[in-house]
Amino acid sequence: MEAEQVESRAAEFLEYLEAGGLVEAHDWMPDEYRARLRKFVEMHANSELMGVLPERDWILRAPTLQRKLALTAKIQDEVGHAQLLYRVVADLGKPRSACLDDLLAGRSKFHNVFHYPTRTWGDVGVIAWLVDAAAIVSQKALLKCSYAPYARIMKKICWEESFHILHGRDVVLALVTGTPAQFELVQEALDRWWGPLLQFHGTPIPASEDPMVRWRIKSQGNEAARQEFLDGYVPQILELGLELHDPKLRRNDEGVWEYTEPDWEELKAVVSGHGPASQERLDFRRRSRAEIEWIGRTVLAEAA
Amino acid sequence: MPERSRADLLLELADDELVIGWRNSEWTGIAPFLEEDVAFSSIAQNEIGHARALYELAAEELGSTADELAFDRSPGDYRCAPLVELRRLEWAWTVARHWLYELADELRLERLKASGDPAVAGLAAKMDREETYHRLHADMWVTRLLSVREGRLRLDEALDGLWPFALGVLDEELRPELRRRAEARLGRELPDVDPVARGDHVGELAELWEEMTSVRRSAPAGAQW
Amino acid sequence: MSENATDTVFEVFRQERKGQPFQHAGSVLAPDLRFAEIYAREQYGRRQESSALWLVRRDAIDELSDFPDEFDLKYRRVDGYSIKARLKEARERAGTQPS
Repeated sequence: MEAEQVESRAAEFLEYLEAGGLVEAHDWMPDEYRARLRKFVEMHANSELMGVLPERDWILRAPTLQRKLALTAKIQDEVGHAQLLYRVVADLGKPRSACLDDLLAGRSKFHNVFHYPTRTWGDVGVIAWLVDAAAIVSQKALLKCSYAPYARIMKKICWEESFHILHGRDVVLALVTGTPAQFELVQEALDRWWGPLLQFHGTPIPASEDPMVRWRIKSQGNEAARQEFLDGYVPQILELGLELHDPKLRRNDEGVWEYTEPDWEELKAVVSGHGPASQERLDFRRRSRAEIEWIGRTVLAEAA
Repeated sequence: MPERSRADLLLELADDELVIGWRNSEWTGIAPFLEEDVAFSSIAQNEIGHARALYELAAEELGSTADELAFDRSPGDYRCAPLVELRRLEWAWTVARHWLYELADELRLERLKASGDPAVAGLAAKMDREETYHRLHADMWVTRLLSVREGRLRLDEALDGLWPFALGVLDEELRPELRRRAEARLGRELPDVDPVARGDHVGELAELWEEMTSVRRSAPAGAQW
Repeated sequence: MSENATDTVFEVFRQERKGQPFQHAGSVLAPDLRFAEIYAREQYGRRQESSALWLVRRDAIDELSDFPDEFDLKYRRVDGYSIKARLKEARERAGTQPS
């Protein structure tokens, strides 16, 4: 196709998106749209997969049968989400094994929160409640994604995440109404996770300058997402008697949340593999993959 | 059947289901591929769910709660079979253990469904219905591994290695039938060995118990979680 | 975590409740139909959210998405009929036009 034709077709495509048009897997799409979309979904898939690792140790240590079951189910959901998302990426042209190769070689990224260690049962509650809450804010916005296969999966993902938040909040509530030591477990975990949570939605790039918004992949800018999260969850945190130690954190007269500016350079370093637990987790994944390599090589290679 | 109380029988089953459910849940997030990860995790959850139901039944009789029975006994008081205690195994060994355990459990449940005790018989029937899918899954993997050379080598080694432990899951009188069914399905003989029976704790349970109860023990007894 | 060249993609359609249509829910990758059934069951049914699932190999699906309407045959569609104006006139003539 001639370069001019491509360009005008891309312009038509953009108009189509701006009018609310949806795209399916076999439709024509501009290279830039496909590339950005694929990278975005791949990062999402990687995040679901890596997100499993901080939590799975706690299945063994869960203090009741119900918690053991709920936590296993939560992690299972996340693996399921990774499966759905890698399928979307595969249908956009990049097979799962290539995604995994890139992830383990450190060539691709996953969300900041999965690069930090989990230290106590308090972390389990805080992660399931607040990390999943932060995620669901972004994920609700993705329900309107122009790429329909992704939007459809987001529906299932959002539904399942709502269970996770319930579970997380329940864990936290049991702890804050338990012994003083149990209350302290939550407070201490919150102190460690608040920074990463504030960074979670990304740099405050204006929506008008965000290519993901322009291509109608994201329908909400980063700062809007962060504000929505703070609006929803700061009151819920404070009402439990927990403290947030940012002296600047407050909702101003215009209804906008103010906070100490996060270190954006730190975020950049973390998502590309320089977080405190990044390498340990990638190593773990590499070892696990090596362990099961024979299965892919032999057992799956022979179709029934 | 050797003389044991109803509570002891229930605890034996519950401990087996709890520990194997644990071991299987250790594959969550790192199974051979994502679809298998999701499926195997459901199996693990079902097993822990069975354990919970069995503990609840025992708890009624013993004046306790399911969680107390699951967590608050000392390692020496658990009645699980050594087969389930072995730590997370390599995948071919996991498949072998899964298949052998399900085969033994099927025999055991057949017995219990015919029990004169309606609560036990009822629970056994419910468990058996769920286990149908576990058996299907295990059988599918056995078939697939046996159909390729490297898979067959690994699985055969695992089955032979775990066979004495499999025998130890059941009472003496059920072992010949277990052997008959396993050999019929595999089309070969299994080693002539002594069973590794209950009570011969293989040393892995104590370590498991330490980690499993670490959070729970960090608060006083009766604390809520 | 493989995606082998010979693994097959199975499309999954789910029916939420009896009587409702089957809708496309996603896909699973599996070595064969037996595996695909187990995986689809878990991925789309473990929360009892479906009353039934259909599994179809992707290469068995034939998609059609080009429907030419060169001569604009409007009579085949609801928007091809515009009765408002004539209805108004008929009512006026009969004196039954609501005020």
